Amino acid sequence: MRTDDLIDKLAARPQPIPAGAVPRRFVGLAAASALAALAMVLAWLGTRDDLAQAMTGRMFWMKAAYTALLGLAGFWALERLARPDGKADRAMLFGALVLALFVGLGLGQWLVADGEHRRAMMMGGSWRVCFGYILTLALPGLLATLVVLRRMAPTRPVLAGFAAGAFAGGVAATVYGLHCGESTMVFVGIWYTLGVLGTGALGAVIGKWMLRW
Amino acid sequence: MTETEAVLKGLMLLGLDGDAQAYRLLLSQLGGRLRVYFERRMRDAPGDVEDLVQETLIAVHTRRATYDRAQPFTPWAFALARYKLIDHWRRRKVRTTVPIDDYVDVLAAYTPEPGSAMDLDRALGTLPERQRDLVRDVKLEGLSLAEAGGRAGVSEGAAKVALHRALKALGERMRGRADG
Repeated sequence: MRTDDLIDKLAARPQPIPAGAVPRRFVGLAAASALAALAMVLAWLGTRDDLAQAMTGRMFWMKAAYTALLGLAGFWALERLARPDGKADRAMLFGALVLALFVGLGLGQWLVADGEHRRAMMMGGSWRVCFGYILTLALPGLLATLVVLRRMAPTRPVLAGFAAGAFAGGVAATVYGLHCGESTMVFVGIWYTLGVLGTGALGAVIGKWMLRW
Repeated sequence: MTETEAVLKGLMLLGLDGDAQAYRLLLSQLGGRLRVYFERRMRDAPGDVEDLVQETLIAVHTRRATYDRAQPFTPWAFALARYKLIDHWRRRKVRTTVPIDDYVDVLAAYTPEPGSAMDLDRALGTLPERQRDLVRDVKLEGLSLAEAGGRAGVSEGAAKVALHRALKALGERMRGRADG
């Protein structure tokens, strides 16, 4: 086909594109990912027994805020990396600061605790399953995000895949707080962090071959 | 350049709002600039320039929702072009990493004139022993590069490089003799 003919075809009836189309897609994806994770918690894991009481406590919300902020960093990075000339430096820095702050608080809590409690704080009662549950709850959201991202214009597939994973992992870990009764900063700082980063790593691996266009 | 940017961006914004005329003008203006961009970077394959111009225009069209209205337009469009160019090189590289077989074709197609030319065995005889063995193992006996490398006591990668050099030298020698 001649290039002029192609241009005629492309420009024949251009659909209007609303401003902010990219962030809007990801807001929708965040909601859908949260719903998918919520459905899995309700149907499969169940909510924690003391949920109503826990929701009046500070730790429940600290935990939720931490993972939600990690997800927000992923959202911000995604919103940039979905564009061919997008840079995610500030979003990544934001995520790293959130992570460092919370892990630092956890480390402080661990340092002031006496020796016999330290192990219990780190391992809690569910360290074995925490990582796998967060990853599993995040899977539907991660895959949906990658499918949407592929139709945008990411030029750095590994980094964009990681952002997608941090985004879906942050959302899933926040919802997972409805099931998980762990309430130490040390536990959350280790296992929730690993869950979100692990989802990010999975996103990077899948993104490397999936985000080509 | 900044004037061009202002014009292109203005057209893009109109196009995003559904103005077909402005959008067509944008695509044709951009097409000309893309052609120059690709021509400069693809002197080795001028036949592919127009394909890349079209691929990039299609990407501009189908992915135009990823353009951030608050940002300049030109870097966005040329980031798409750059991605298409790298993708093109990546695909071409797959083809250019099999030059060994090209040489074999050249050698196979070459029929020396009787009397003046050397046959393959005599040409082989002029190569250093290691290269000669490698060519014989891989090209005449049909061993894999890994097996031939194993015989010569070198890695598969080293065998590939050595074979490439040997075939090149062989080709030159045979051509040289035939000419002379």
